Amino acid sequence: MPHIPLDEKLPGITGILNFRTDTALPIRELTQTLLRGPSTLTEGERELIATVVSHGNECKFCTAAHTAAADILLGEKETAEKVKHDPDHAPVSPKMKTLLAIARAVQVSGKNVTIQMVDNAKAAGATDLEIHDTVLIAALFSLYNRLVDGFASVTPAEPAFYERLAVILKDKGYLPSENRYAGLKG
Amino acid sequence: MAHIQLLNDQLPGIVGLLDYRKETGQPLSALAEILLRGESTLTSGEREMIASYVSYKNDCHFCHSSHGAAAAAHLNKDANFIDDIKLGFVKTQVSPKLRTLLNIAAHVQQGGKKVTEADIAAARSEGATDREIHDTVLIAAAFCMYNRYVDGLGTWAPPNNEAYMPMGEKLAKQGYMSF
Repeated sequence: MPHIPLDEKLPGITGILNFRTDTALPIRELTQTLLRGPSTLTEGERELIATVVSHGNECKFCTAAHTAAADILLGEKETAEKVKHDPDHAPVSPKMKTLLAIARAVQVSGKNVTIQMVDNAKAAGATDLEIHDTVLIAALFSLYNRLVDGFASVTPAEPAFYERLAVILKDKGYLPSENRYAGLKG
Repeated sequence: MAHIQLLNDQLPGIVGLLDYRKETGQPLSALAEILLRGESTLTSGEREMIASYVSYKNDCHFCHSSHGAAAAAHLNKDANFIDDIKLGFVKTQVSPKLRTLLNIAAHVQQGGKKVTEADIAAARSEGATDREIHDTVLIAAAFCMYNRYVDGLGTWAPPNNEAYMPMGEKLAKQGYMSF
Protein backbone atom coordinates (compact mmCIF):
# COMPACT_ATOMS: atom_id res chain seq x y z
CA MET A 1 0.00 0.00 0.00
CA PRO A 2 1.34 3.49 -0.79
CA HIS A 3 2.76 5.48 2.15
CA ILE A 4 0.30 8.34 1.55
CA PRO A 5 -3.29 8.12 0.23
CA LEU A 6 -3.16 8.13 -3.58
CA ASP A 7 -5.97 7.71 -6.15
CA GLU A 8 -6.36 3.93 -6.60
CA LYS A 9 -7.18 4.39 -10.28
CA LEU A 10 -3.80 6.06 -10.86
CA PRO A 11 -0.87 3.70 -10.19
CA GLY A 12 2.86 4.46 -10.25
CA ILE A 13 3.84 8.09 -10.85
CA THR A 14 0.39 9.14 -12.09
CA GLY A 15 -1.29 9.22 -8.67
CA ILE A 16 1.75 10.88 -7.08
CA LEU A 17 1.66 13.73 -9.59
CA ASN A 18 -2.07 14.09 -8.95
CA PHE A 19 -1.56 14.32 -5.15
CA ARG A 20 -0.18 17.86 -5.60
CA THR A 21 -0.74 19.21 -9.09
CA ASP A 22 0.96 22.53 -8.28
CA THR A 23 4.34 20.93 -7.55
CA ALA A 24 3.81 18.44 -10.39
CA LEU A 25 3.41 21.18 -13.01
CA PRO A 26 7.07 22.33 -13.24
CA ILE A 27 8.18 18.67 -13.20
CA ARG A 28 5.83 17.93 -16.11
CA GLU A 29 6.98 21.05 -18.00
CA LEU A 30 10.62 20.06 -17.56
CA THR A 31 9.88 16.53 -18.79
CA GLN A 32 7.95 17.80 -21.82
CA THR A 33 10.84 20.07 -22.86
CA LEU A 34 13.49 17.39 -22.35
CA LEU A 35 11.67 14.41 -23.86
CA ARG A 36 9.35 16.02 -26.42
CA GLY A 37 10.79 19.48 -27.11
CA PRO A 38 12.89 20.37 -30.18
CA SER A 39 16.13 18.33 -30.06
CA THR A 40 18.72 16.70 -32.28
CA LEU A 41 18.06 13.50 -30.31
CA THR A 42 14.90 11.64 -31.37
CA GLU A 43 12.03 11.10 -28.92
CA GLY A 44 12.86 7.40 -28.97
CA GLU A 45 16.52 8.05 -28.08
CA ARG A 46 15.49 10.29 -25.20
CA GLU A 47 13.10 7.62 -23.89
CA LEU A 48 16.05 5.19 -23.95
CA ILE A 49 17.96 7.52 -21.59
CA ALA A 50 14.95 7.52 -19.23
CA THR A 51 14.80 3.73 -19.53
CA VAL A 52 18.44 2.98 -18.63
CA VAL A 53 18.36 5.29 -15.61
CA SER A 54 15.09 3.76 -14.32
CA HIS A 55 16.54 0.30 -14.92
CA GLY A 56 19.70 1.25 -12.98
CA ASN A 57 17.55 2.45 -10.09
CA GLU A 58 15.55 -0.79 -10.26
CA CYS A 59 12.33 1.21 -10.51
CA LYS A 60 10.00 -1.34 -12.09
CA PHE A 61 7.17 1.06 -12.90
CA CYS A 62 9.35 3.68 -14.63
CA THR A 63 11.41 1.05 -16.44
CA ALA A 64 8.31 -0.66 -17.83
CA ALA A 65 6.63 2.65 -18.74
CA HIS A 66 9.61 4.16 -20.57
CA THR A 67 10.56 0.86 -22.21
CA ALA A 68 7.03 0.76 -23.62
CA ALA A 69 7.29 4.41 -24.70
CA ALA A 70 10.66 3.76 -26.42
CA ASP A 71 9.25 0.63 -28.09
CA ILE A 72 6.27 2.46 -29.54
CA LEU A 73 8.39 5.40 -30.74
CA LEU A 74 11.12 3.19 -32.24
CA GLY A 75 8.66 0.70 -33.71
CA GLU A 76 10.52 -2.31 -32.28
CA LYS A 77 11.40 -3.81 -28.91
CA GLU A 78 14.98 -4.98 -29.40
CA THR A 79 16.74 -1.67 -28.77
CA ALA A 80 15.21 -0.93 -25.36
CA GLU A 81 15.77 -4.53 -24.30
CA LYS A 82 19.44 -4.42 -25.31
CA VAL A 83 20.30 -1.02 -23.79
CA LYS A 84 19.15 -2.47 -20.45
CA HIS A 85 20.66 -5.95 -20.61
CA ASP A 86 23.38 -5.96 -23.28
CA PRO A 87 24.36 -2.32 -23.91
CA ASP A 88 27.55 -3.11 -25.88
CA HIS A 89 25.48 -4.83 -28.55
CA ALA A 90 22.49 -2.48 -28.55
CA PRO A 91 21.54 -1.29 -32.07
CA VAL A 92 22.06 2.40 -31.31
CA SER A 93 24.48 4.89 -32.87
CA PRO A 94 28.04 5.17 -31.47
CA LYS A 95 27.03 8.63 -30.20
CA MET A 96 24.04 7.21 -28.31
CA LYS A 97 26.28 4.59 -26.71
CA THR A 98 28.46 7.33 -25.25
CA LEU A 99 25.44 9.34 -24.08
CA LEU A 100 23.87 6.27 -22.44
CA ALA A 101 27.20 5.66 -20.65
CA ILE A 102 27.00 9.21 -19.25
CA ALA A 103 23.38 8.63 -18.20
CA ARG A 104 24.34 5.42 -16.36
CA ALA A 105 27.07 7.32 -14.50
CA VAL A 106 24.65 10.12 -13.52
CA GLN A 107 22.22 7.50 -12.17
CA VAL A 108 24.84 6.52 -9.58
CA SER A 109 26.18 10.04 -8.91
CA GLY A 110 26.92 13.26 -10.78
CA LYS A 111 30.52 12.86 -9.64
CA ASN A 112 30.80 9.61 -11.60
CA VAL A 113 30.74 11.43 -14.93
CA THR A 114 34.39 11.58 -16.03
CA ILE A 115 36.14 13.88 -18.49
CA GLN A 116 36.90 10.74 -20.50
CA MET A 117 33.17 9.94 -20.84
CA VAL A 118 32.48 13.49 -22.00
CA ASP A 119 35.42 13.40 -24.44
CA ASN A 120 34.14 10.10 -25.84
CA ALA A 121 30.72 11.66 -26.44
CA LYS A 122 32.21 14.72 -28.14
CA ALA A 123 34.47 12.51 -30.29
CA ALA A 124 31.38 10.56 -31.38
CA GLY A 125 29.76 13.82 -32.47
CA ALA A 126 27.64 14.72 -29.44
CA THR A 127 27.00 18.45 -29.06
CA ASP A 128 27.21 20.31 -25.76
CA LEU A 129 23.42 20.61 -25.75
CA GLU A 130 23.00 16.86 -26.25
CA ILE A 131 25.38 16.20 -23.35
CA HIS A 132 23.53 18.75 -21.22
CA ASP A 133 20.15 17.23 -21.97
CA THR A 134 21.41 13.70 -21.38
CA VAL A 135 22.68 14.63 -17.91
CA LEU A 136 19.48 16.48 -17.06
CA ILE A 137 17.20 13.67 -18.30
CA ALA A 138 19.22 11.19 -16.22
CA ALA A 139 19.00 13.52 -13.20
CA LEU A 140 15.24 13.99 -13.72
CA PHE A 141 14.65 10.24 -13.69
CA SER A 142 16.71 10.00 -10.52
CA LEU A 143 13.92 12.19 -9.12
CA TYR A 144 11.02 10.24 -10.67
CA ASN A 145 12.35 6.84 -9.62
CA ARG A 146 12.66 8.05 -6.02
CA LEU A 147 9.10 9.37 -6.03
CA VAL A 148 7.61 6.16 -7.38
CA ASP A 149 9.46 3.90 -4.94
CA GLY A 150 9.74 6.39 -2.06
CA PHE A 151 5.93 6.45 -1.76
CA ALA A 152 5.64 2.69 -2.43
CA SER A 153 3.13 3.43 -5.20
CA VAL A 154 1.34 0.59 -6.99
CA THR A 155 3.18 -1.15 -9.86
CA PRO A 156 0.70 -2.91 -12.19
CA ALA A 157 1.87 -6.40 -13.22
CA GLU A 158 0.15 -6.65 -16.62
CA PRO A 159 2.27 -5.55 -19.62
CA ALA A 160 -0.86 -4.23 -21.36
CA PHE A 161 -1.11 -1.46 -18.76
CA TYR A 162 2.26 -0.04 -19.86
CA GLU A 163 1.30 -0.30 -23.51
CA ARG A 164 -1.78 1.82 -22.78
CA LEU A 165 0.34 4.31 -20.81
CA ALA A 166 2.91 4.47 -23.65
CA VAL A 167 0.15 5.49 -26.09
CA ILE A 168 -0.73 8.38 -23.76
CA LEU A 169 2.96 9.40 -23.49
CA LYS A 170 3.33 9.25 -27.28
CA ASP A 171 0.11 11.04 -28.21
CA LYS A 172 -0.25 13.54 -25.36
CA GLY A 173 3.30 13.99 -24.06
CA TYR A 174 3.90 14.92 -20.43
CA LEU A 175 1.88 18.09 -19.82
CA PRO A 176 -1.42 18.00 -17.90
CA SER A 177 -4.47 17.56 -20.10
CA GLU A 178 -8.21 16.96 -19.74
CA ASN A 179 -9.06 13.28 -19.12
CA ARG A 180 -5.38 12.50 -19.60
CA TYR A 181 -5.64 9.04 -18.12
CA ALA A 182 -9.00 8.00 -19.61
CA GLY A 183 -7.16 5.46 -21.79
CA LEU A 184 -5.43 3.75 -18.84
CA LYS A 185 -8.36 1.45 -18.01
CA GLY A 186 -8.12 -1.94 -19.63
CA MET B 1 35.78 24.10 -15.88
CA ALA B 2 32.38 22.68 -16.76
CA HIS B 3 32.13 19.72 -19.16
CA ILE B 4 30.27 21.92 -21.67
CA GLN B 5 30.81 25.50 -22.83
CA LEU B 6 28.43 27.65 -20.77
CA LEU B 7 27.25 31.08 -21.92
CA ASN B 8 28.88 32.59 -18.82
CA ASP B 9 31.47 30.45 -17.06
CA GLN B 10 31.77 32.95 -14.22
CA LEU B 11 28.42 31.73 -12.87
CA PRO B 12 28.93 28.90 -10.33
CA GLY B 13 27.04 25.65 -9.79
CA ILE B 14 23.49 25.46 -11.07
CA VAL B 15 23.38 29.21 -11.77
CA GLY B 16 25.50 28.77 -14.91
CA LEU B 17 23.31 25.86 -16.02
CA LEU B 18 20.00 27.70 -15.52
CA ASP B 19 21.48 30.48 -17.63
CA TYR B 20 22.70 28.02 -20.33
CA ARG B 21 19.26 26.61 -21.17
CA LYS B 22 16.38 28.87 -20.14
CA GLU B 23 13.67 26.43 -21.32
CA THR B 24 14.78 23.91 -18.71
CA GLY B 25 15.96 26.53 -16.21
CA GLN B 26 12.49 28.04 -15.83
CA PRO B 27 10.72 24.90 -14.54
CA LEU B 28 13.77 23.93 -12.45
CA SER B 29 13.60 27.32 -10.70
CA ALA B 30 9.81 27.17 -10.39
CA LEU B 31 10.03 23.76 -8.70
CA ALA B 32 12.59 25.04 -6.14
CA GLU B 33 10.45 28.11 -5.49
CA ILE B 34 7.23 26.22 -4.73
CA LEU B 35 8.96 23.44 -2.75
CA LEU B 36 11.17 25.66 -0.61
CA ARG B 37 9.29 28.96 -0.40
CA GLY B 38 5.68 28.11 -1.27
CA GLU B 39 2.86 27.85 1.28
CA SER B 40 3.56 24.99 3.74
CA THR B 41 3.23 23.94 7.38
CA LEU B 42 7.00 23.35 7.29
CA THR B 43 9.02 26.57 7.55
CA SER B 44 11.32 27.57 4.68
CA GLY B 45 14.22 27.12 7.13
CA GLU B 46 13.18 23.51 7.76
CA ARG B 47 12.75 22.79 4.05
CA GLU B 48 16.15 24.32 3.19
CA MET B 49 17.68 22.11 5.91
CA ILE B 50 16.24 19.02 4.16
CA ALA B 51 17.59 20.28 0.80
CA SER B 52 21.05 20.99 2.17
CA TYR B 53 21.24 17.70 4.12
CA VAL B 54 20.39 15.61 1.03
CA SER B 55 22.89 17.61 -1.05
CA TYR B 56 25.61 16.98 1.52
CA LYS B 57 24.86 13.25 1.41
CA ASN B 58 25.16 13.41 -2.39
CA ASP B 59 28.54 15.12 -1.90
CA CYS B 60 27.35 18.14 -3.90
CA HIS B 61 29.34 20.98 -2.37
CA PHE B 62 27.59 23.80 -4.25
CA CYS B 63 24.04 22.72 -3.35
CA HIS B 64 24.95 21.75 0.22
CA SER B 65 26.56 25.14 0.83
CA SER B 66 24.08 27.35 -1.00
CA HIS B 67 20.99 25.75 0.57
CA GLY B 68 22.77 25.58 3.93
CA ALA B 69 23.33 29.32 3.60
CA ALA B 70 19.66 29.82 2.65
CA ALA B 71 18.61 27.85 5.76
CA ALA B 72 21.04 29.94 7.84
CA ALA B 73 19.46 33.13 6.48
CA HIS B 74 15.95 31.92 7.36
CA LEU B 75 17.04 30.79 10.84
CA ASN B 76 19.40 33.70 11.65
CA LYS B 77 22.47 31.45 11.91
CA ASP B 78 26.07 32.19 10.92
CA ALA B 79 28.23 30.39 8.34
CA ASN B 80 29.19 27.65 10.86
CA PHE B 81 25.64 26.31 10.45
CA ILE B 82 26.72 24.92 7.03
CA ASP B 83 29.24 22.67 8.85
CA ASP B 84 26.66 21.54 11.39
CA ILE B 85 24.59 20.12 8.52
CA LYS B 86 27.48 17.74 7.78
CA LEU B 87 27.36 16.51 11.36
CA GLY B 88 23.61 15.88 11.15
CA PHE B 89 22.60 18.99 13.15
CA VAL B 90 24.27 18.26 16.50
CA LYS B 91 24.52 21.95 17.47
CA THR B 92 21.18 23.00 15.99
CA GLN B 93 17.87 22.57 17.74
CA VAL B 94 15.74 20.30 15.56
CA SER B 95 12.14 19.36 16.41
CA PRO B 96 11.37 15.64 16.84
CA LYS B 97 9.09 15.86 13.77
CA LEU B 98 11.82 17.37 11.61
CA ARG B 99 14.25 14.66 12.79
CA THR B 100 11.89 12.00 11.43
CA LEU B 101 11.50 13.90 8.14
CA LEU B 102 15.30 14.26 7.79
CA ASN B 103 15.50 10.49 8.28
CA ILE B 104 13.00 9.93 5.44
CA ALA B 105 14.97 12.35 3.24
CA ALA B 106 18.23 10.50 3.95
CA HIS B 107 16.61 7.24 2.87
CA VAL B 108 15.22 8.79 -0.33
CA GLN B 109 18.76 9.96 -1.09
CA GLN B 110 19.96 6.32 -0.98
CA GLY B 111 17.05 5.13 -3.13
CA GLY B 112 13.25 5.22 -3.06
CA LYS B 113 13.05 1.62 -1.86
CA LYS B 114 15.03 2.52 1.28
CA VAL B 115 12.02 4.37 2.70
CA THR B 116 10.33 1.95 5.11
CA GLU B 117 6.90 1.69 6.73
CA ALA B 118 8.71 2.32 10.03
CA ASP B 119 10.19 5.60 8.71
CA ILE B 120 6.71 6.81 7.76
CA ALA B 121 5.14 5.59 11.03
CA ALA B 122 7.82 7.45 13.03
CA ALA B 123 7.03 10.67 11.18
CA ARG B 124 3.28 10.24 11.72
CA SER B 125 3.77 9.59 15.43
CA GLU B 126 5.50 12.99 15.66
CA GLY B 127 2.52 14.60 13.95
CA ALA B 128 3.73 14.77 10.35
CA THR B 129 0.87 15.09 7.85
CA ASP B 130 0.51 13.35 4.46
CA ARG B 131 1.36 16.61 2.77
CA GLU B 132 4.50 17.09 4.90
CA ILE B 133 5.63 13.54 4.13
CA HIS B 134 4.90 14.09 0.44
CA ASP B 135 6.84 17.33 0.37
CA THR B 136 9.81 15.83 2.24
CA VAL B 137 10.09 12.95 -0.24
CA LEU B 138 9.72 15.35 -3.17
CA ILE B 139 12.33 17.81 -1.84
CA ALA B 140 14.77 14.94 -1.27
CA ALA B 141 14.09 13.48 -4.74
CA ALA B 142 14.37 16.92 -6.35
CA PHE B 143 17.78 17.46 -4.79
CA CYS B 144 18.93 14.07 -6.06
CA MET B 145 18.16 15.63 -9.45
CA TYR B 146 19.71 19.07 -8.86
CA ASN B 147 22.87 17.54 -7.32
CA ARG B 148 23.39 15.19 -10.29
CA TYR B 149 22.82 18.05 -12.73
CA VAL B 150 25.36 20.30 -10.99
CA ASP B 151 28.10 17.66 -10.59
CA GLY B 152 27.32 15.64 -13.73
CA LEU B 153 28.21 18.67 -15.85
CA GLY B 154 31.32 19.45 -13.79
CA THR B 155 30.37 22.97 -12.72
CA TRP B 156 32.64 24.94 -10.36
CA ALA B 157 31.82 25.93 -6.78
CA PRO B 158 33.38 28.42 -4.34
CA PRO B 159 35.18 26.46 -1.59
CA ASN B 160 34.41 28.46 1.57
CA ASN B 161 31.19 28.71 3.59
CA GLU B 162 31.42 32.51 3.79
CA ALA B 163 31.22 32.84 0.01
CA TYR B 164 27.70 31.37 0.09
CA MET B 165 26.20 33.64 2.72
CA PRO B 166 25.15 36.49 0.34
CA MET B 167 23.64 33.87 -2.01
CA GLY B 168 21.74 32.28 0.89
CA GLU B 169 20.42 35.69 1.90
CA LYS B 170 19.22 36.32 -1.66
CA LEU B 171 17.58 32.88 -1.94
CA ALA B 172 15.82 33.37 1.41
CA LYS B 173 14.61 36.93 0.74
CA GLN B 174 14.09 37.11 -3.02
CA GLY B 175 13.64 33.47 -3.92
CA TYR B 176 14.47 31.26 -6.85
CA MET B 177 12.82 33.13 -9.69
CA SER B 178 15.34 36.00 -9.40
CA PHE B 179 18.15 33.95 -11.01
